[in-house]
Amino acid sequence: MVEGNVNMIGYGLAAIGPGIGIGLIFAAYISGVARQPESRSMLQSIAILGFALAEALAIIGIGLAFAL
Amino acid sequence: MSYPLAAAEGEGFVSPGPGTFVFPPLFGEGTFFTKTMLIVVLGSFAIAVFYYLAARRAATVPGKLQFAGESVYGFVRNSIALDAIGHEGRKYVPYLATLFSFIAVLNISGIIPVLQFPATSRIAIPLFLAIISWVIYNAIGIKRQGLVGYFKNMMFPPGIPWPVYILLAPIELFSTFFVRPITLALRLTFNMFAGHLVLVLFVLGGEYLVFDKGGLVGIAAGSVALFGSIVLTFFEGFVQLLQAYVFTLLTALYIGGALADEH
Repeated sequence: MVEGNVNMIGYGLAAIGPGIGIGLIFAAYISGVARQPESRSMLQSIAILGFALAEALAIIGIGLAFAL
Repeated sequence: MSYPLAAAEGEGFVSPGPGTFVFPPLFGEGTFFTKTMLIVVLGSFAIAVFYYLAARRAATVPGKLQFAGESVYGFVRNSIALDAIGHEGRKYVPYLATLFSFIAVLNISGIIPVLQFPATSRIAIPLFLAIISWVIYNAIGIKRQGLVGYFKNMMFPPGIPWPVYILLAPIELFSTFFVRPITLALRLTFNMFAGHLVLVLFVLGGEYLVFDKGGLVGIAAGSVALFGSIVLTFFEGFVQLLQAYVFTLLTALYIGGALADEH
């Protein structure tokens, strides 16, 4: 017998998208740095920015999972 | 969100929920001063003392403290302000450095023993910081481009076929005025919220398994959870610094976007 909140299942499903997105962003960042190591400092802030924007979806998800 | 592991014994494990983030007043009933406020006061005081001592005797050959202060300031200037805004970014370094230090210290309070609560996980603090950033980048944009020019550049960026504007203009308006400050605040809040909740869950769950549940399985699983909580603490520290960086970087990018008049 397991009790819990269905919201958390919804949050788990909602986190799939941002998870894939963040994976793609860092995959592109890594291959970019591997091809051209001197572009690292420039790519880093772009990668972190993309990560933050993709992560916002997951974060909004967990906020709503607790709020609703 | 109860999750009774041992409901049969009559006492189950109650997992931590949002109630973990609500503290009673420190000095008894009727007073208003809570642990969160204490952390904010202590954090602000620590930052002020740190920067005062670091800048007090500015020497050409910096001492240890001056070096530490200059590293933080230089990091914000070089890899946030100058990178994201450009050569004009130098003017906004004081605000960005203050923002970065304040958020970083309030975040790190989540893994400092005794305090162990990230003050930024209460939405009031990130929301207020986001509102300050919102006012600043809008004011800069209006000051630089004029009221009409700011809205025109924001909603109708040149070089796009005109039918797209029907869709683009409301989205850009909505994004700049509502989505940006809200995501700025929510991102920081719920990163800290979720991180702290997971940490509390690991510690309380491990403690429950070892001391209340007992038995070979309970102690083994509980030990893994308690060890995991130590690893998670370091991960949490990384996330806390990263989120301070992200908040500052996004603020800098919004300021940079408001400054760029002609695309």
